[in-house]
Amino acid sequence: MAILSIFVLSVFVGFEVVSKVSSTLHTPLMSGANAIHGVILVGAIIVADHSKTNLELGLSVAAIILATINMVGGFVVTDRMLEMFKGNKK
Amino acid sequence: MSRTVYDLIGLAAGVAFILALKGLSHPKTARRGNLIGAFGAGLATLVVFFYSNENSSLPLNNLGWILGAIAIGLVIGVPAARKVQMTQMPQLVALFNGVGGGAAALVAIVEYLNLGDQATTAEVVFTVFTVIVGCVSFSGSIITFMKLQELMTTRPVIFPAGRFIIAATLVSVIGVGGWVVSALGTTPLLILAGLSLLFGILFVLPVGGADVPIVISLLNAFTGLTVAASGYVLDSTLLIIAGTLVGASGTILTRKMAEAMGRSLFGTLFGAFTAKAQDSSGAAEERPVQSGSPDDVAILLNYARRVVIVPGFGLAVAQAQHTVRELADLMISKGIDVAYGIHPVAGRMPGHMNVLLAEANVPYDQLLEMDEVNPTFGQTDVAIVIGANDVVNPAAQTTPGCPIYGMPILEVNNAANIIFLKRSMRPGFAGIENELLYDPKTMLLFGDAKASLTKVVSALKAL
Repeated sequence: MAILSIFVLSVFVGFEVVSKVSSTLHTPLMSGANAIHGVILVGAIIVADHSKTNLELGLSVAAIILATINMVGGFVVTDRMLEMFKGNKK
Repeated sequence: MSRTVYDLIGLAAGVAFILALKGLSHPKTARRGNLIGAFGAGLATLVVFFYSNENSSLPLNNLGWILGAIAIGLVIGVPAARKVQMTQMPQLVALFNGVGGGAAALVAIVEYLNLGDQATTAEVVFTVFTVIVGCVSFSGSIITFMKLQELMTTRPVIFPAGRFIIAATLVSVIGVGGWVVSALGTTPLLILAGLSLLFGILFVLPVGGADVPIVISLLNAFTGLTVAASGYVLDSTLLIIAGTLVGASGTILTRKMAEAMGRSLFGTLFGAFTAKAQDSSGAAEERPVQSGSPDDVAILLNYARRVVIVPGFGLAVAQAQHTVRELADLMISKGIDVAYGIHPVAGRMPGHMNVLLAEANVPYDQLLEMDEVNPTFGQTDVAIVIGANDVVNPAAQTTPGCPIYGMPILEVNNAANIIFLKRSMRPGFAGIENELLYDPKTMLLFGDAKASLTKVVSALKAL
């Protein structure tokens, strides 16, 4: 039940926080949100810790590599995009 | 570290993600928002090394493998993100999204193998969900990447009986999903993963080039939901919060993007079911066009009072942002009123063109959004369309049934004169003929945008 509450409240917060975004920021926002779901890295590390067989370990190592690319690459490329907006409003 | 401390830190990371999305919605706070998000993600990752659940040992098992894998991810991800050309950034975002979806699917598969027959029905259902949606997001994103990178055709790929094949694949995905839930076992799960990968490919193939950004945004929301579902299986509140936030905000963002492009979300996604073979009229190529020299263009500009520049992806490809700014500065020094008309999806994604022009230090106040610039075309002497095509194509207003019908366009056809800088007569990304090219008030200047603009600048200086 607690999990359902967290889920439903998160849905509403998610709707609310991006409700007023201008079209200029659609791409950076998508890219930033994309980086945030890179926290699946946390899940990948947890399953790597659990892994008992070589198959499980191999798959979780692959998951960690992919998730790291998603998370770190995502934040870096978003920052590069937003860097361009800096100083525009002189 | 106790469970309480772990949960509190997880909560802090969740709050950081909310602040990140909030910050990213406003130009002034966007960069800080992104950094807050990065901080939250870094914090959440760091904490796992000190605590993962009640019965885990410290240090983590397989620690060497974990750290090694993170190092490999960094070595691949960071240079890719830093070195990518800004013009190719949309496909990189698609790729990052795809690998995230793939990671979520792998995590679900490993946890499933690990739990074996101890898994509860709810856990299996969430695992099945994660594997399906994660795999669809992975293979779908790879196809969007290939379309944007132009490794394959950007036109909708429609094959005979396509709709039946797609529907049949979807039905089998759901059926095998039910099989996994009822019978359990590794083989059904792997079959499910394979079918889901196939469905992702079939789902994205029929989407036309111009609609690709909407699909990327949707797949991004999908990946968010898979992360939330993994959070349930792994008992991680943080993953549930982060994944749900991305899923929800991504859904809203997808809808807003579709609105900005005047596309119906439904029509985009189910294009495969409604698409008809396009009547690509070969006759159009035979008609005469009026092409001019850089001198003709310079003369036209010299006697204009108001000029609107419409930049498109071709400008970015030619790296002509700086030259176009030079031309604009020159015209302003001659007392000509200059503005840039920016279509919401100029470039490859909403806001992409603003990023590219900002890179060339074009003053922000010269960039007019579509709603601001459209009413002014009637008083505009010359509209210069540089490497853009679909976003000014009147077919979007006049030809029901064409792939871009209903997309709002920049109404350059209302300007007194139109200059197109184009490499060739090749149609735009959406693959549709543009009637405006044959209009008597249109002048075409063929060639690389940067080279052409440089010639126009020197011709204009000489006048």
